[in-house]
Amino acid sequence: MALHDTLLAPVALRSAVLDNGLKLLVQEVHTAPLVSVWCWYRVGSRDEGPGSTGVSHWVEHMNFKGTANIPRDQMKGIVERFGGMWNGYTWIDQTTYLETAGRDALDRMLFIEAERMANGLYEPDECESERTVIISELHGGENDPDQLLDTEVTATAFRVHPYGHPTIGWIDDLRSMTRDDLYGHYRRFYIPNNATLVVVGDVEADDVIGRAEKHFGAIPSESEPARISVAEPAQSAERRVVVEREGTVGYVKLVYHAPAAGEPDFFPMLVLDAVLSGAKGVNLWSSFRGTPPQRTARLYTGVVDRGLASAVSGALLPTADPFLYTLSFTAMEGIGVDTVEAKALAEIERVRSGGIQPEELVRAKRQLRARLVFENDSVTNIAHQLGYFETVTGPGTFPLLRSRIEQVTAEEVWDVARRRLAPSNRTVGWFRPIEAR
Amino acid sequence: MATLARGLSPVRAVLDNGAVVLVQQTAAAPAVTINATFLAGSLYDPDATPGLAYLTARVMDRGTEHRSADALAEALDERGVSLRLNTTRHALTLSCTCLTEDFPDVLALVVDVARRPAFPPEEFAKRRADTITIIRQDDDSPAVRAVTGLVELLYGGNHPYGRPAKGTVPVIEGIDRTAVAAFHSAHVRPAVLSLAVVGDVSPDAVLARAQAELEDWAGAPAGPIVVPPPPASAARRERMFAMPGKPQTDIAYGFTTISRLDPRYCAYWMMNNILGQFGLGGRLAENIRERQGMAYYAFSVFDANVGEGPLMVRAGVDPQNVRRAIDAIDLEVRHLGLEGPTAVEMQETRDSLIGSIPRMFETNESIAEFLQTGEQFGLGLDYDRRLPGLLDAVTRDEVASAAAEVLEPARAAVAVAGPHEGSA
Repeated sequence: MALHDTLLAPVALRSAVLDNGLKLLVQEVHTAPLVSVWCWYRVGSRDEGPGSTGVSHWVEHMNFKGTANIPRDQMKGIVERFGGMWNGYTWIDQTTYLETAGRDALDRMLFIEAERMANGLYEPDECESERTVIISELHGGENDPDQLLDTEVTATAFRVHPYGHPTIGWIDDLRSMTRDDLYGHYRRFYIPNNATLVVVGDVEADDVIGRAEKHFGAIPSESEPARISVAEPAQSAERRVVVEREGTVGYVKLVYHAPAAGEPDFFPMLVLDAVLSGAKGVNLWSSFRGTPPQRTARLYTGVVDRGLASAVSGALLPTADPFLYTLSFTAMEGIGVDTVEAKALAEIERVRSGGIQPEELVRAKRQLRARLVFENDSVTNIAHQLGYFETVTGPGTFPLLRSRIEQVTAEEVWDVARRRLAPSNRTVGWFRPIEAR
Repeated sequence: MATLARGLSPVRAVLDNGAVVLVQQTAAAPAVTINATFLAGSLYDPDATPGLAYLTARVMDRGTEHRSADALAEALDERGVSLRLNTTRHALTLSCTCLTEDFPDVLALVVDVARRPAFPPEEFAKRRADTITIIRQDDDSPAVRAVTGLVELLYGGNHPYGRPAKGTVPVIEGIDRTAVAAFHSAHVRPAVLSLAVVGDVSPDAVLARAQAELEDWAGAPAGPIVVPPPPASAARRERMFAMPGKPQTDIAYGFTTISRLDPRYCAYWMMNNILGQFGLGGRLAENIRERQGMAYYAFSVFDANVGEGPLMVRAGVDPQNVRRAIDAIDLEVRHLGLEGPTAVEMQETRDSLIGSIPRMFETNESIAEFLQTGEQFGLGLDYDRRLPGLLDAVTRDEVASAAAEVLEPARAAVAVAGPHEGSA
C-alpha cells in the first residue's frame, strides 16, 4: 500500500452513536500531543427563509456569548487558558465549532461543546450588541470588490434555492431579526441528533467515547428539524450582473451551476477544474488560502500568461445540493473586463469542443492526489474533513475521495465540460471600477 | 515513527559557503515542507527603488538558466507543488510542500530557482505588469491603506520599515530587468540562506541532498544587518485616507517598540497578548466588540524584529464610529500603560502562551517557520524547550513596565482609511 493510501484510508476511525442520536467520530493520531475537537451541526444558510437570512451565522456568533455554566466573558478564553485555539464557521450546509489544544484539555473542550449544544444564554443585550458586530463583518466584506461581486453573482445565479443568499444575510434581515428568532433557530437545530462530534489526535478512542457520553449523554434528543427542500429550476439562458463602484481594478466572474457532491458529475468536474485553474483539494478550512499549482492550467496560460489578468482562481466545493462552480479573474491594469471575459470564454469553449488531453488528465489526478495529502496534514485538518463530509455528504464519502478521482476518465471530463459549462448554465459578473470622486 | 511528544529534535548543519540547513523529521503526513529563506528582503531595496526585492521575488520562478518558464511550471505542476515566493522586510523566501517521493526533485527545483533565475525579458514584463495591478488592488483596500499609512507615520517614508515594501506604481514602472538581476546577484546568496526541511524524510537524506545542491554555490559572506532606529517622536500623529464608496473604515493605531533580541521581549509579548490577543482580542476586543458591538475585529499585533518593530492595533468599524473606536483604543491603551495587567490576566496569558507551544508544531509549515525564526535570531535548537521557562519567569512588574514604556496615547500614531463621513 502506498503512503497516500495509508493516510487517506484512516486507520482506527471509530464511529459510535449515543442514545440521544449524537454521532461520534474518533481517530487516534499520536504524532503530536494534540487533540482537535469539532462539533458539527446540519444547519446553514440553506435553512433560512426570506426575512431570516443570516440567522444561522448570527446564532453561531451567539454561541460564543456565554452559556448557563460558562460566563460570557470566559467563553472565548476558556480554551486559551489551556494553550488551545478555537473558532467556528457557518456556510451553506453546515455550522461547526472547533478547539485544538494539548491532549490534557480534552475534557474541557467536550464540556464547552456540550454547553454550546444545550445551554446557550442568548441574553437580549448580547443579541443586540452582536447585531452591529455582524453588520460590521458584512460591511468589512463589502470593502473587497471581489467579495461584493461574488455576493451579486451568487444571488443572480439562484432564483429559488436558498443557496442564493449570502451566509452572512441581507442587511435588512440583520436589522430586523429579533432575539426570539435567534433563540428559536438555535433550539430547533442544536440538538444531539442533528450533530456530529469529531475528535482526532493523541487520544484513546474508548476513553473519548466514555467522556462524550458523560458530557453529552443527558442532552435529550428532539424531533429532527425539517430542512428546506427545494430544487433550483434549470437555468435556460445566460445571466449577467454588472457592479460599478469606486475602485481601482476590474474583476470578472464566470459562474456555473455545479453538481452536488453526491452526483456522478462531481468528480469529473473536480478534474475539469484542475485542468482549468489548478487543483486545490476539497478542504474548505485550509485548501483555498494559497495559490494552487496552476501555471500549466488552461485559464492561467490562456488569460494570465497572456497579460490579460493578474490572477485566476476556480472554486468547486462538495455541497449537499447543487451549488456553483466559480471562476474568478482579476483584470490586469489597463485591460477591460470585457476583454478578460472574452478570452476566458474562448478557453471554456475550447475545452467544451475538444475535451482534455491525456497528459492533462494524468497531471490533474496527480495534483489532486498530492492536495489530498497536503490538506490532511494535521489533527485539525483531518478532523475538519471527517466532520465536513459526514455532515454535508453523509457517511462513507471521505475515504473514497482518492479512488473516485482515480476512476475519472477523459471522456467524463469532456462530457461535464460540454454540459456544465454551457452558456445557458452561466452567470457572468463584472466589477467595473469607477474613479473615486 | 517520529513523534513530537517531547518537542522538536532538529538537526542543523552549516555548509562551507555559510548556508544553514535545518531538518526536522515528522510523521504527520507523507509530505515534506521546504522553506529556503534568504535575508534579502525589502530592507535591501535602494532608497530610490522601494519594491525591488518584491519584484525580484515575483520574477525569480519564471525560468532559470537551464529551465524555461514553461518547463519549470510543468515540473512543479505535475507534482502538485505550488512554489511561493514571498518577501518581508528582512527575508526573501521560497517555500512549498511536496509529496515525500518528490522531495529530491522538488528540492533541486527550489535551489535552481534560487540560484539561477534567468529573468527572461518577456516574463519580467508580465510580472512587472501584474505587480502594478497588485499595488492598485492594495490602493483600493482600506485595511492595507491604514497599515501602510501607520508604518509610514511611525518610521517615516525613507526608513526600511516605513517605506512601501511592494513599491509604488511609478517606481515599479521604472525598474528594469537589469536592476532585478543585480538585486538577485547581490543579495540572494548562500551565506544568508537558511534552508528548513520538515517532514517525512530523514535528516541524513536531506543533508546529503542539500549538500549536493548547494555546496558549489559561492557568494559574498554575510554582513551585519543594520536597521536605523525609528525617528523619536513625542507627539500624537493622525492621518486620514479618504476612500469614497467604502462601507467600512479601517483603523491602524500604534507605536514603535523593541527589537526581537531585547531582553524585555517576552514581557512585551505577554503585554500585547493581554492588550489585543487573548480570547478574541484581549482588552481591545472586550471593549470595542463585546461591550460596544462596534467592530467585527479589534486586536493588536506585536512584531519585534531585527530593528524596533511596531505594536499595531487594528479595528474595522462603521464610519460613524471612528471617533468612538479610537477613544476606546486610547482608553484601553492608557489603562494598561498606567496600571499594568491584573494578576488574573498574568496567569491566563502565561498559561495560554506556554500551553500553545505544542500547537506551534502542528504542521510542517509552522515547524519550519519556528526553526527559521530561531536561526535568524540565534535562539538555539533547544528554544522550544527553553521557551516555557522564559515565559514563566516574566513577572507582573516586567509586563507593567513594558506597558508603561510604550502604551501612551499621546505618543500614538493613528492612520484611518475609509469614506469621508465620521473622519478621525
